[in-house]
Amino acid sequence: MKTLAIETSCDETSIAVIEDGRKILSNIISTQIETHKKFGGVVPEIASRMHVEVISQILKNALEDANIGLNDIDFISVTEGPGLVGALLVGMSFAKALSYSLDIPLIGVNHIKGHICANYISHKNLEPPFIALVISGGHTYLVDVTGYDEYKVIGRTRDDAVGEAFDKVARALGLPYPGGPMIDKLSKVGNPEAINFPRVYLEVNSYDFSFSGLKTAILNYLNQMKQKNETITIEDVAASFQMAVIDVLSEKTFRLLNETKRNKLAIAGGVAANSGIRDIFTKKALEKGIELFIPDMNLCTDNAAMIGSAGYYSYISGKKSTLGLKVDANLSL
Amino acid sequence: MIIEIKNLEELEKLGIKLGSLLEKKDVICLNGDLGAGKTTFTQAIGKGLEVIEYITSPTFTIINEYEGRLPLYHFDIYRLGDEEELDLLGAQDYFYSDGVCVIEWANNVENILPKERLDIWIKIIDENRRQFKFIPHGDRYVKLVEELLK
Repeated sequence: MKTLAIETSCDETSIAVIEDGRKILSNIISTQIETHKKFGGVVPEIASRMHVEVISQILKNALEDANIGLNDIDFISVTEGPGLVGALLVGMSFAKALSYSLDIPLIGVNHIKGHICANYISHKNLEPPFIALVISGGHTYLVDVTGYDEYKVIGRTRDDAVGEAFDKVARALGLPYPGGPMIDKLSKVGNPEAINFPRVYLEVNSYDFSFSGLKTAILNYLNQMKQKNETITIEDVAASFQMAVIDVLSEKTFRLLNETKRNKLAIAGGVAANSGIRDIFTKKALEKGIELFIPDMNLCTDNAAMIGSAGYYSYISGKKSTLGLKVDANLSL
Repeated sequence: MIIEIKNLEELEKLGIKLGSLLEKKDVICLNGDLGAGKTTFTQAIGKGLEVIEYITSPTFTIINEYEGRLPLYHFDIYRLGDEEELDLLGAQDYFYSDGVCVIEWANNVENILPKERLDIWIKIIDENRRQFKFIPHGDRYVKLVEELLK
């Protein structure tokens, strides 16, 4: 069974063709298109968020790559939220038009579910139940995945997302955008115990996160050092910051695994590419006998393949959306 | 109008009061360095608007929407390229809707902001203290600031 999946929740315009929830026939992402594909004309810089200008071309590329035609598609999967309304609407309208004209079902997909389902594509043996940690520029969630279409949010950020904290600290350190990978790189040579930045655990037993205070603590530290005219070792700041983030993420994640007696953990989202997080989670998982799953790099960041996987599992569990489906900027799991 | 805020509690109190005074179509613009407290202040405004959900940073998502006594539209311009890009996201629809708009890093897109609005500049004095400078544009906002600082 083939689904055409459409993702336009934020910066990326992406269309994929997915077979049976786990096999990628094609997965085209707008920002990668300049290097990977010959594009008809120049893609303006601004195009990253101008989904409407590129979406038809991306559909064409996605079908060509999959070597199929529109009539081979069984149903349409589309991100309905959470995200930016103006951006979501482009994908949604496009999806409805295809669903209506091809007379095939339409399935609305939650973007966060998509991130989690990216693991089904990379790991053919992964089955629920498992715990998922979703960490990206815009989202931070701890989720108990009890079935293919059953999710229970256990924890979420109350202020900044993990990826956002990385980018803002990087900016304060004068590092180029995107800052996350730079912090990761510097952390490898810095001393993670050089500066004792706060670990914010919130209430006892809470699975929620807060990273705004950590960001502010680092800004305060940098200001104080400047005022005292002391030299700042940015490698040490980066490593100490990254360790503070990892400590909080791993404490809550492994405590939840222990409490729920789950023995599988799936990490998802763009920050899953961070090597410090990968190393420490891999080590801890091994110690505690937990099986760890992380998607391939190109499936960590926003893409339509993951939406196709989530769409497939919604579809086979009997869900079907109508053409009245609305986008929802705050859609919850 | 300039006031000094001594700690987080005072900042929250001010935000909650501002939130409770807001009416539909109000536009509040927040400017200040990273870590000045723009999102924290918006969270307090949300409390004053009776928003129950956690208000999280919109840096990545650019616009977040909440339901309270009035709809709250929380913008963050930090990541945007230019004014045209914000315009393409339908910002004008939000500015003139029946909700309240709070816009972080608004000084980056001054040309497309409504002429009538309240600009707030937050300056970091030290770890805890902040300076708040209020610049009202239009009668509605002159009155709002008077009421807020009463």
